[in-house]
This record gives sequence, C-alpha cells and structure tokens, in this order.
Amino acid sequence: MTTHTLSVLVENKPGVLVRIAGLFARRNFNIDSLAVGPTEHEEISRITIVVNCEEHPLEQVTKQLNKLINVLKIVELEPGATVQRELILIKIRADAESRSRVLETVKLFRARVVDVALDVVTVEATGNREKLDALIKVLEPFGIKELVQSGMVAIGRGGRSITDRALRPVERSA
Amino acid sequence: MTEQMTGRKDTAGPESPAGSPASSSASAVPSPRDLAARSPHRDAARAAEPSHEQTPAPAAETPRAQAPSPGRVRATGAQALVYALERVGADVVFGIPGGAVLPAYDPLLDSKVIRHILVRHEQGAGHAATGYAQATGRVGVCMATSGPGATNLVTPIADAYMDSVPIVAITGQVPSKLIGTDSFQEADISGITIPITKHNFLVTKPEDIARTIGEAFHVASTGRPGPVLVDISKDALQATTDFIWPAPFDLPGYHPVTRPHARQVREAARLISESRRPVLYVGGGVIKARASAQLRELAELTGIPVVTTLMARGAFPDRHPLHMGMPGMHGCVTAVGALQKADLLIALGTRFDDRVTGKLDTFAPGALIVHADIDPAEISKNRRADVPIVGDCREVIADLVAAVRAEHEQGHQPDLGAWKAQLDSWRTTYPLGYAEPDDGSLAPQYVIERIGQIAGPEAVYVAGVGQHQMWAAQFIDYEHPGTWINSGGLGTMGFAVPAAMGAKVGRPDTTVWAIDGDGCFQMTNQELATCALEGIPVKVAIINNGSLGMVRQWQTLFYNERYSNTDLHGTAEPRKPAGTRIPDFVKLAEAYGCEGIRCEEPGEVDKVIERAMAIDDRPVVLDFVVHKDAMVWPMVAAGTSNNDIKFARGIAPDWGGQEE
Repeated sequence: MTTHTLSVLVENKPGVLVRIAGLFARRNFNIDSLAVGPTEHEEISRITIVVNCEEHPLEQVTKQLNKLINVLKIVELEPGATVQRELILIKIRADAESRSRVLETVKLFRARVVDVALDVVTVEATGNREKLDALIKVLEPFGIKELVQSGMVAIGRGGRSITDRALRPVERSA
Repeated sequence: MTEQMTGRKDTAGPESPAGSPASSSASAVPSPRDLAARSPHRDAARAAEPSHEQTPAPAAETPRAQAPSPGRVRATGAQALVYALERVGADVVFGIPGGAVLPAYDPLLDSKVIRHILVRHEQGAGHAATGYAQATGRVGVCMATSGPGATNLVTPIADAYMDSVPIVAITGQVPSKLIGTDSFQEADISGITIPITKHNFLVTKPEDIARTIGEAFHVASTGRPGPVLVDISKDALQATTDFIWPAPFDLPGYHPVTRPHARQVREAARLISESRRPVLYVGGGVIKARASAQLRELAELTGIPVVTTLMARGAFPDRHPLHMGMPGMHGCVTAVGALQKADLLIALGTRFDDRVTGKLDTFAPGALIVHADIDPAEISKNRRADVPIVGDCREVIADLVAAVRAEHEQGHQPDLGAWKAQLDSWRTTYPLGYAEPDDGSLAPQYVIERIGQIAGPEAVYVAGVGQHQMWAAQFIDYEHPGTWINSGGLGTMGFAVPAAMGAKVGRPDTTVWAIDGDGCFQMTNQELATCALEGIPVKVAIINNGSLGMVRQWQTLFYNERYSNTDLHGTAEPRKPAGTRIPDFVKLAEAYGCEGIRCEEPGEVDKVIERAMAIDDRPVVLDFVVHKDAMVWPMVAAGTSNNDIKFARGIAPDWGGQEE
C-alpha cells in the first residue's frame, strides 16, 4: 500500500463533491484526506484527495472518477515534484509557568500564535504531514485542548499548470 | 514537473500515447461523437440506434416539431420540456402524472409528436422505457412525479444502469423554495440515483430545461449507454422562459472514446494469428454498437468459435456453425469449456461478470485476453487484459477484420481444426436438453422451446428473472440482435410484462412474447391494464410452477430441500401439479381485458400457442401449469470454478483429458 495524491479538477457545480465522495465509498475506498476549493478559473474547482492503496485499485477508481461527467481531469501528483501543505490550528494549555516554553516551541516550528487567552494559546501552523506531526508531538506534553486540521493541498513544482491544460478549447456541440 | 497522468478525459484511453487526442474525424463510419458534434440533438437520440442489420428497425421518422424552429420563442418551462423532447426525437413517454410534474403534463396533451402512455405503476414506466430502448436502440423515456413517483423509478433505473440501457427519466420535483424542507412528496431523487445513473441533473431554472434535456439524451445514448435522470422543480416548469433551440451543450468533461487505437488492434490481430484455441467472447456491447454484421465477418474470416453471453443473445446467429452457445452459470458445456480451455479470448463489449467467469482466479486459466470495450473502466477491472482496446465495438471489430486480413496476407493463418473438432465433440456429447416429467405434466423447457419454434426468430422475446429466463435464453434460437430482452445485470423480477409492453410500442409490427414466471408476473402484471387500454397486444406466457423456481432450485441443491418461503400456491391445494391458482391467472387476464388461456397438457401446447399467435387485437396471457421440480442445467454453482460445471445433477462433463 502506498500513498497517492490525486488532483481532481471538476466543474464548479452543486453536488459534485457528493458524487466523488460517494464513488470512493461505493467502490470501497478510504479517503485519507480531502480538500476542496476554488482555482484561478471560476468555473473549475480543485479537489485534492489522498488515498492509501495498491496500484490496481487506484487505476480502477481513477477510471471510475473519469467517467463522472463533472470531472474534467485527474492528475496524480508525485510527492518528489510537488509542494504539499496542510494547515492546523491547535489550542494549547499555556499558563504563566509554561507559556514561554510553548512560545519557544511555536517559534522553532515557524508556527504563529493567532489567539491568546488566560491560560491557552491558539497556534496556526502549515507544512507537510511530517512537520505537523512533529509539532503536535512536541506540543502534546503541554496539553492539547483542541485541534483541527485541514486536508492536504498540493501543487506541482515548476512552471506548468494543470488547470490551463484542462481548459483548452474542447469540442462544443453547438 | 513529473506529474503522472492517471487519466485524461480528452485522450484516447489508457493504451494511447499520452496527449494524443481522440480524433475520430478520419473514421468512415461516423461515431456517435461525430454525429453529436454535427447536430447534437436530433442525432443524439439516433446515435445509438441499432440498425438491427437483419431485423427491420422501425422507420426513424422525423418528428413534426410543433415549436417554431430554429431560434427562440417564449414558453413555460413545461412547454420548453415538451418542445425539447420533440426535438431530440422522443416519440413515446411512459409515465404517471402527480402534483409536482403536473405542469409538464399540460402541454404534453397538445403534442402531436409524443405519445404518452399512462402506466399503472412508475416501475412499469421505467421497464417499459428499457424495453422500448432495447427493442429499437433509441432512447426510452419515462416520467413520474416527485417523491414516491420518483422513488418507484429507482428499480428500473438501477436495472438500466446495470445493463447499459439508454433511458431518460424525467421527474417533477417540489418547488425550489421547498427543496430541503421535507415538504410533501419530496425526495432527493438526484441524490438517491447518483450511484445508479450515468449522470443526473436537478433543474431549478426554466431556461436550463431545454439544454438539459438535450444533454441528457446525448449522455444516455453515446459512449457506454446508460440511464440519465432529469429532476425538474415545479416552479421551473411553471415559469416563463425563452425556448432556444438548439441549446448549446455544457458538458466539458464528457468525451467518450469511440475510435480504437491502431497499434492495439494490430497487436490483437497478431495474437489472433498466433492462437490455436481462440474464442470470441461476445457481450451485450456488440448489440449496443450495432456490430453484428462486423462480428459475423470477423468470425467467418478467422473461423474463431463464438460464445454469446446472456446480454448478447442474438448478436451472432444461434444456428451458425461457429456459435458455441451461451457461457456462464447456466451456460452450455461447450461454451463454458471453450472459455476454460482457450489460449486466447477476444472479449468484445463484455465485462467479465461473475456469472460468466465463475470463480475468477480459475477462469480461462490458459488464455491471453484481448479486451475491447467503450468503457475504459471495464478493461482490466476483473481480469487483466493483455491487449486493452478502448473503442466502440463496431469500429473495433471492423478494424480487427482489416488487421487480421493483413496478417493472412502475410501467411499468418493458424489452423484451428483440432480446436474446432474438440468443441464439436463436446457439443455432440453435451447438448442442451431436459428430461420430460414422468407424471405426464408439462416440462417448462418444452413450452418455451415450442414458443420459440412457433413464433420464430423474427419475434421479440422478453423474459423476467429466474428459471424461465434461463430456459428462454437456452431453448429459443436467436438469430437477430434486439430479439432477446432481459434483465441481466440487476436480475429484476417483474421485468417482463412492462418491458414487453415497451418493446411492442417500439416495434408494433413485431410479435412480442413475454416469457414470465408466476412469481415475476405477480410483481408487475398491473401493466396488462395499460396494454389492454392502449392497444399494445403483447403475448405473455406464464411458466407457472407455483413457486419461486430458481430460489427453490437452490434450496434443493444447497439447503437440503428445505423449502423456506418459495411456495406460491396454498399447501392445502389438492391439484397436482399445482401451479399458482391464487390468483387465477386466466380470470386475472380477463379482468384486465386480455385473453386468458390455461394449458396443462403437453398435447395442448402447440394449439394454445397458435391461438395466441392468431390474436392481435388485445393482449394474451397463457397460463402454462408446469412441473415444479424442473431445474436449470447445466450449472456452475455460485462461487465455484467453471471447471466444476455440472451437466446435470451430480454429472460433471468429461473434458477428454485435455491439458490446460
């Protein structure tokens, strides 16, 4: 089993996400992470899906995804040639005694404090999965009160754009 | 950047070099895509229309459109719907009105082009649309209201999805402001049908209706055909809009590939020229692609034996010497043996279904696989293909014929004599057959066989699901595509009567027989009322064994003859053989305005069938009371290997010590 990152360009229409999520569930696939958002083109949304599976079932699910009318294009992003980021927000216990050590740790990870309460600080961090896991591990001893994490977004390195090529003029029927 | 293209909808499938566009402009035969590009709406409905090479297809009349054309005209959403249906070539709609869809029914009353057939249950409308589509190759249309009307369409939509039948289901939806409020007769039918439609639409704006209908017909009928649902809110039907035709499609992600890749075709031809035990494994896609003539040419050119799956019966003439019969769970020994012992399968428009392969890892163990299908996702789904070919079967087979000719010209023509002798010996030793009941009662196989012989190969035969379906597939000779209609993938009991109704509407000059079971018949027989009132004279043969026969057969074989809930007749009934007497099918037929005739004697069978053949002014229901213990043989038990096929109970064929 290996981790695969799929970038799925879809029409920006209602109900598209449920078609894609439903397909994964129906074909017995677990989604590790999912992120949806707009692209530089108003009519296209981009869904980044991380799955953990063998090569053959991945090929099958990709073909099935391609059959969805609202799916424009699917690209598997190779980790070595891709920038991958997730975002986390964490509330950490930080009383007078521990606060300075918490802030020190946050600084080391180039994370940011985005909110402060009497004995809690809320920290925002971005990075790849490994970096965020390391941050969480280091902060855990202070006491994590709440944690929320985004799905992964990813983009290929270099000058090429996958959305541009999805948008090249297609045969319109009338 | 080293991104890996895992799939690009605008390339020619997995076997083509990345980035090469699926250009079909060079093809001699216009692909559905070409047709759609030229004139999307009229041709979309025709694109998948089989010519039924040997069977006269109904004349494709040009509907006399009512709306001013082309250009724009003020219309309600409901009028736009009817105009659009007329323009895409719909001539029949099966349906039932109700609150949310009422606005659409008003302009339907004025249409000179569209015949609306008022069914008795929405399931009947859906199966009728399927029967119509399977018999004509055109898109079948059904219509229902919101909520329960729409959910009653779920079974026939799922059925059409499994068998890749082009139907368009139109449902009314509650007004858009009420969507999501659990309002009266509200059901999220577009959400419900996502897994069982090729695509579906929820339309809440009147200006989107005409375009969406055009898109729905296009999607349903091109590529791998399938059901499309269009759910339209009541306020969109009521509001006024500009009806614009043709309405430009908005389907940027839909580009079915129809042209096969030349290199793959050449590779397939090379394997064919090297093979000693090849089999053409033919599925329903060949009928959908109208490729029977091409298939026959390929078979006769190469001399390769053919097997036709349940969905492909009629794609290749049964009486052709190269036809080895139907493979699968109830296939004949020769067809199953041919697949198991082959060194090359040329799989055309078929999907390696579990009912054909048996236990997958023992299926055709010595065979290389050439797999051609219009749906790239079918290729290597169940069995890895050595040569994958994405494309329309008609084009694929035509290209294969040319490529094989080129091999022959270079002297590469294998001798298949030993292989054919082997198959012929199996065919002689293990023919399809059945035992006559020793109590003088009717053998169900005999009844079905006689119907096939008396009605002949020009008739259309529609089956329900179960034993009678298998016997109808086995004991009727199919010579033409489109003459055998059944529920193969979903296995929907109750399919026969409404589907036969749809087939008869689509081909009114053809004799249409429904071969049904007494269990199946009771699920949808209310459509006999529709048939009687609408002048649709179908002929229904109920193979009445008084039980859910196929389930009973499994109880006999796998559940120690413990017959839990499979008797459909009362246990206290003294008659023997019993058959179902409650209801009395003859009286039921008469109550529905049909001719009803019971037959219990072998000597009466021909007379009764001939009487039914002579009646053409109303539907006929024949109640054949048959022996209840008849079983379908041969059989590959579920989950076991094709190698363990039983010719009859407890009898395994002798493969003649052939090494695999």
